[in-house]
Amino acid sequence: MQLTLWTYEGPPHVGAMRVATAMEGVHYVLHAPQGDTYADLLFTMIERRNARPPVTYTTFEARDLGGDTAQLFQTAARQAYERYKPQAILVGASCTAELIQDDPAGLAEAMRLPVPVIPLELPSYQRREHWGAAETFHALVRALARRDIVRTPLEGRRPLANILGPTALGFRHRDDLVEIRLLLAALGVDINLVAPLGASPADIATIGQADFNILMYPEIGDTAARFLEKQFKQPIVRTVPIGHGATCDFICEVAALAGVDPAPALALGSRMPWWSRSIDSTYLTSKRVFIFGDATHAMAAARVARDELGFEVCGLGCYNREFAREVRAMAGEFGVEPLITDDYLDVEAAITAAQPELVLGTQMERMIAKKLKLPCAVISAPVHVQDFPARHSPQMGFEGANVLFDTWVHPLVMGLEEHLLTMFRDDFEFHDSAGPSHLGAGHGGGKAAAAPDSPQPSNSPAEEPEGWTADAEKELLKIPFFVRGKARRNTEAYAASQGIAAITVATLYEAKAYHAR
Amino acid sequence: MGGLKPGDPSVAGSALPVLRQRGQREVFCGLTGIVWLHRKIQDAFFLVVGSRTCAHLLQSAAGVMLFAEPRFATAIIEERDLAGMADANEELDRVVDRLLARRPDIRMLFLVGSCPSEVIKLDLSRAASRLTAKHGPAVRVLNYSGSGIETTFTQGEDACLAALVPELPATQAAAPESTPELMIVGSLPDIVEDQFLRFFAEMGIGPVRVLPPRRAVALPPVGPNTRFLLAQPFLGETARALEDRGAVRLDALFPFGSEGSFEWLRAAARAFGVDEARFEAVVAPARERATRALARHRGVLEGKTIFFMPDSQLEVPLARFLSRELGMIPLEVGTPYLHRAHLARELEALPEGTTLSEGQDVDRQLDRVRAARPDLTVCGLGLANPLEAEGLSTKWSIELVFSPVHGFDQAGDLAELFARPLRRRDMLKV
Ligand code: SF4
Repeated sequence: MQLTLWTYEGPPHVGAMRVATAMEGVHYVLHAPQGDTYADLLFTMIERRNARPPVTYTTFEARDLGGDTAQLFQTAARQAYERYKPQAILVGASCTAELIQDDPAGLAEAMRLPVPVIPLELPSYQRREHWGAAETFHALVRALARRDIVRTPLEGRRPLANILGPTALGFRHRDDLVEIRLLLAALGVDINLVAPLGASPADIATIGQADFNILMYPEIGDTAARFLEKQFKQPIVRTVPIGHGATCDFICEVAALAGVDPAPALALGSRMPWWSRSIDSTYLTSKRVFIFGDATHAMAAARVARDELGFEVCGLGCYNREFAREVRAMAGEFGVEPLITDDYLDVEAAITAAQPELVLGTQMERMIAKKLKLPCAVISAPVHVQDFPARHSPQMGFEGANVLFDTWVHPLVMGLEEHLLTMFRDDFEFHDSAGPSHLGAGHGGGKAAAAPDSPQPSNSPAEEPEGWTADAEKELLKIPFFVRGKARRNTEAYAASQGIAAITVATLYEAKAYHAR
Repeated sequence: MGGLKPGDPSVAGSALPVLRQRGQREVFCGLTGIVWLHRKIQDAFFLVVGSRTCAHLLQSAAGVMLFAEPRFATAIIEERDLAGMADANEELDRVVDRLLARRPDIRMLFLVGSCPSEVIKLDLSRAASRLTAKHGPAVRVLNYSGSGIETTFTQGEDACLAALVPELPATQAAAPESTPELMIVGSLPDIVEDQFLRFFAEMGIGPVRVLPPRRAVALPPVGPNTRFLLAQPFLGETARALEDRGAVRLDALFPFGSEGSFEWLRAAARAFGVDEARFEAVVAPARERATRALARHRGVLEGKTIFFMPDSQLEVPLARFLSRELGMIPLEVGTPYLHRAHLARELEALPEGTTLSEGQDVDRQLDRVRAARPDLTVCGLGLANPLEAEGLSTKWSIELVFSPVHGFDQAGDLAELFARPLRRRDMLKV
């Protein structure tokens, strides 16, 4: 058993729902109790979809358990077919139905419905949402792809690509897709299909026609892409175009596979290089950033943070163990300890210990950052209603790079403003609760009363450490709040290394000199 | 399946036929009650013993926007727990140890059963006694089920309160004829609870107990001299458990709207021998405020049709309030469960021609919504936007459970919750 306050991923059948809901002409019959229907609100409230997800829940009750829950399943499946007339039906069980072992696959098979029935085996007590989405997409592709497709040689025709990975309830999938289409158009590459988002079973049948596959979200599309690589010899474009550099790499990778000139697409460019080189951005240099999210977004963010904004990555991790190997490798390259966990409490402890100046994470890390009074930008699922903005706000492609610059830099104190705060730290208006002026009231934090029922972790910076003299403590308060944690940490490390028991004002400045870069 | 059946004629107010259909039920499970209960009982913690689905449900219903660390969590059952029961119990003990070490402020821990824990027959009541022996007396461990195979939405609160009842101390007075005490049953926002307590104080009724209490260490006593008023219509099991302890339920309309509040308070006044004039004098100013507040919304709501999808069990009292005090026309009033005895007076007060439905086949019920095109549909979060997209105005039922809506001084706010979607529809030019 795992003690869980917040989860980064839902159960695997929610992943299956994300695939079904993204597609056209697919219906999912889910053997599940009534409470599991909550999942509909993820789509209709968080993503603001204007239709119910194409899911029928059997909603069996305790009194059905002794009787015929199998019959209930078949009735639900038949009624769903008759009402919605889908081109294909997915059948499966949620966690509870998995325990009662009704075998939805066998039951549906026995019904001889006139459309393909695709059984999903999603072990709820082992696997999670992304895995469920990947497995569902894979099952659909396996079942529906026509195997007899033979591609004509690439010479003399425009190259054709599949775009794999975007689903319903995806973090910026809608907007990322717009950017990918733009890049492919500039390259002169045609799109065979996008899937799951917007694809029908009939579309999936033609998936073998494409010359290669673009894998936007490995968490969702990797299993299917590997199958297609084997089945149809379709190479996979693996660069995920998040950030300016990755977008350029992506263009080159696609161009090489398609045999086209990358120049027109590269020429589109982003503002990231100049915005980052412009003098105002100097203050971003070596800002310590803690990165956590799904593996794909976290790794992409680490590269952008270091190479395109000049940050120092002080923590890197992901919650999906399926991609732990890649994240470990990258953390090694960055010289940080990888954090592979889906335990929110572990992440909170790691961020607290790292004392970053910026957190790039999920909505969970946003909560942690808020509690620790750190600036934060959201880079990854799990999604929140705010992750579905009305405006175009991609993470991928050149416009995505522009968006990353804005959304990561915005929460930080601006360059000149930071100097003014330092120069006039005694100004009575530059007190702890005066946050960056552009963030409005209440954002900067200060000693806001912590809710009585939210105990600080024992290693919280809010706790008074031993060894600080009153004068030194007072001097520390004159240091702007956004660097105070760092000053405190550096001073304590220095004192410890020098065997100094009582930290005085002098120790504070000696430490400053010692740590001066 | 389904079809119209006349209700049991032996029960008052059941003349309306009840439509019962069997199909997909689109309603939360009882775990959802934790979202408000954990804020109400401030030294209690709710540990769901369930699956990742249960954890995800709670998180989705509560929203990741909770700023304070919540006093609930899930012990997620994993593959290896399913291998053997002894193992699962040890695992549970370990999780509880970790939790209590992290939250030393907790005085009462609810182990909340889920569908998976029930299907694998994990005995949470035995676990609760074992853990009470281990962590008591500092922490008392109780259990109830919020599972979706047994409970819908608000029934989770019913199960929780029913689990509390055997823990309540006995009232001092043993004999039924001794001084009666009043108990308000059902979790209310503190502000509303305080309003009611002031009314009772002014009428000279006391002592007044509240279940659930704000602190689990201060459990209200119960006994044959207890007279209780249900503040919520979904507390069937709790009422039965209180009656088992000798307490007597005061029958009344539920305190929604001016009429409901008046009747509900008067039921207590009469039971406690408060004279009519004094009672009238005490409630008059608030009643007058409610009348004024309701008048402001009547223009928007009068003559408008309303359709309730089954969700919180508040549907029948709310339909009564909206039809009698604001002139709305209830087309169908759906409820997940119809407690005929507790709702007898409410049902009598519903207008003729109202369709009552119990249980659900959501597809067919939505067909009826589309056919009737009500001015307003009260429904769960999963259905609201799809209906809006079809041009049908909706009101989320969950807001009715989370907001202060009981009593005279909230009558206007309650009406406003229904009026706002309609006003908004008229305002928007996009
Ligand atoms: S319906 Fe059952 S399995 Fe689903 S969330 Fe509720 S208790 Fe958990």
